[in-house]
Amino acid sequence: MKSKKNGYLKTTLLLGFIFTVVTSCEREISDNVEFATFPKNAEVFIDGFSGGLQYFPFLGSKFDAFSVDTEVKYKGEASMRLDVPNFGDPSGAYAGAIFPDATGRNLSDYDALTFWAKSSQAATINEIGFGNDFGENKYLVTKANLRISTNWSKYVIPLPDPYKLTLEKGMFWYAEGPENNDGYTIWIDEIQYEKLGTIAQPSPAIFNGVDRLEQAFVGANLTMNGLTQTFNLASGINETVSVAPSYFKFSSTDVDVARVSELGVVSIVGIGTAKITAVLGDVRAKGSLTIESLGSFVAAPTPTRSPSDVISIFSNAYTNVPVEYYNGYYAPYQTTQGQDDLNINGDNIIKYTELNFVGIQFSQPTINATAMTHLHIDVLIQEPNPIDGGDFLKIELEDYGADGTFGNGDDSAYALTFTSPTLVSGSWVSLDIPLSDFTGLTSTANLGQILFISDATITEILVDNIYLYR
Amino acid sequence: MNTRTVLQWYFNPKWYNSILTTGLPVMALFLLLFGCATDETQTVARLTELVMQDEFETDGAPNTSVWGYDIGTGTNGWGNNELQYYTDRAKNVIVENGVLLITADQESFQGSAYTSARLMTKGLFEQMYGRFEARIRLPHGQGMWPAFWLLGANDDQAPWPQIGEIDIMENRGQEPTLISGTVHGPGYSAGESITKSYTLVNDRFDTGFHIFGIEWGPEYINFYVDDVLYNQITPTDVPGEWVFDHPFYLIINLAVGGTYVGSPNSETTFPQTMLVDYVRVYKNNEIN
Repeated sequence: MKSKKNGYLKTTLLLGFIFTVVTSCEREISDNVEFATFPKNAEVFIDGFSGGLQYFPFLGSKFDAFSVDTEVKYKGEASMRLDVPNFGDPSGAYAGAIFPDATGRNLSDYDALTFWAKSSQAATINEIGFGNDFGENKYLVTKANLRISTNWSKYVIPLPDPYKLTLEKGMFWYAEGPENNDGYTIWIDEIQYEKLGTIAQPSPAIFNGVDRLEQAFVGANLTMNGLTQTFNLASGINETVSVAPSYFKFSSTDVDVARVSELGVVSIVGIGTAKITAVLGDVRAKGSLTIESLGSFVAAPTPTRSPSDVISIFSNAYTNVPVEYYNGYYAPYQTTQGQDDLNINGDNIIKYTELNFVGIQFSQPTINATAMTHLHIDVLIQEPNPIDGGDFLKIELEDYGADGTFGNGDDSAYALTFTSPTLVSGSWVSLDIPLSDFTGLTSTANLGQILFISDATITEILVDNIYLYR
Repeated sequence: MNTRTVLQWYFNPKWYNSILTTGLPVMALFLLLFGCATDETQTVARLTELVMQDEFETDGAPNTSVWGYDIGTGTNGWGNNELQYYTDRAKNVIVENGVLLITADQESFQGSAYTSARLMTKGLFEQMYGRFEARIRLPHGQGMWPAFWLLGANDDQAPWPQIGEIDIMENRGQEPTLISGTVHGPGYSAGESITKSYTLVNDRFDTGFHIFGIEWGPEYINFYVDDVLYNQITPTDVPGEWVFDHPFYLIINLAVGGTYVGSPNSETTFPQTMLVDYVRVYKNNEIN
């Protein structure tokens, strides 16, 4: 109550004088007695680097994106200026860096990271936050898609659980690419940790608050995702940030079926059913994961062809070409969920659910398969019912043409349809398809995408060992 | 200037204006005297003769000798397009663990999408002048409209706003740090009412209890939150007739939606509960 009173009085006109009077109250002294801990310095960047603060740009980013600007600033002498490059800038594809403190600081007295920011054009910063130290990133916090405007505004990134942050090195970090291929400039000033006292009504979530049901096999590892913490701010706005698994305490209803590590990795260790839930601080997180463990898993046959005869897109047996994505998530037409996130006994497997169609893109660079003769794919259809006459799986190859990019009139594509009895449910089907069967492909010199299309006749499949060979 | 003088300044109902014009020496003494108060009792009110109190110590339905209810939706959502149906069911109003709980929930009930409760002392406790205060923790979220207020008890003789209305505390759930104190009367009601808001610094109204009160006498109403007297309204402040010289009754309610606050949205969580630790009324023993 007393500190509240002081807070109010500070707002009156007699500011300096009141400070004098208030500090004369000796009751405050006990508040200053502290155990030895890491420094509690709240300032990150006010008019320059605070003591101990460092700057490390991300690999592949524009290394000189950051500078100190003494002309444009919100307050004081200087601001942090971040120059996001144009698309195609040879000095880097994006701007991004971490600002760690070499020693680490105790942030447990604060409830928010705050800063003032504006930009040369209205924009959306891809990621901004703290807890990134190029180490474990154990307490990483990311505010995704932060809207920013040409006017100075104050931004508040709440600490998910200050009590965890007794030794944090990652003071601040950001990553932002061009907006519609155009670079622009962001100014950030007065970056500091604060005790706002208005960060309230925590509402943590796992799996974005959804109660998920997954079938799994013994030996599989699943990663917890959709981990968030939401607070109601003084503005009345609910602010949601993505947070690292270590903020949560996970629990399993049956540790003989599934257990969760501090880093949010679920290990399936036995047959049965287990429900994974979580707590952040003292609040139960929305969302859960119920695992039905079906027992041991039969992996797809391990490829034996010589690596020199193979261009691999997805296989643990080979070095794979760069893949941009295993699922483009093109809602609303595409319903397919899942990607390359299944790991069973060290073997990475693609799992698609709610399949209607899905594409895997590998266009940077495209694959020149002119020396190859076949496409190999292992598919495990997980349907409760046998494959019937209406069920099909089309496999489509797309060549992006001489320009190496999708569209522009020089692409070609062809889909082959597979049905029963080639397709069966419940065991791996190995497809070795001659590339010459893709009769509509005018070229295999610039392959950019492979698609699986079922129109929801088959909705759950596992895919492994996608490679071209001769 | 001696201490006694300062105390008199302080206890003058118009101290708020006086302090502003008296300047720095008075302010300094004031702080020295009160800046280090060790108890949590607010010092902005001076009336101490308790005439009605409900500390909500008995679990169950609120004391029927003090509290009655408005039930239903009134006319046109109690005149404000409010969305809730008021009930006296335990799920909307109950005393538990020393606290009165008024809970708004999202449920289909008698044609409304929400339920909540509105307690009043009409016909049970009515008083002219005095000190009226309650210690409350507010709910939160877009569309929540909690209030602690007084209405003129002469509503059988005259229509609103002629009967007068004193809103000791109103809050919009989407503004968790801000409350308003308001008077309504003829020529200054609804959008033209005389109002002032108060904002908490480094705190909010939905995370802890706060005291909301008025001290009311002939020709003045002082509004306070905790230990801060933030407004005084006198007849010179209202553009119409001063209609605050007759008995009023108390109302505590949690409305959902309506013109003042707007509807709940997808981010509003239900149920939402307003917690009332106590309601106390003191006599204005300078007058009556």
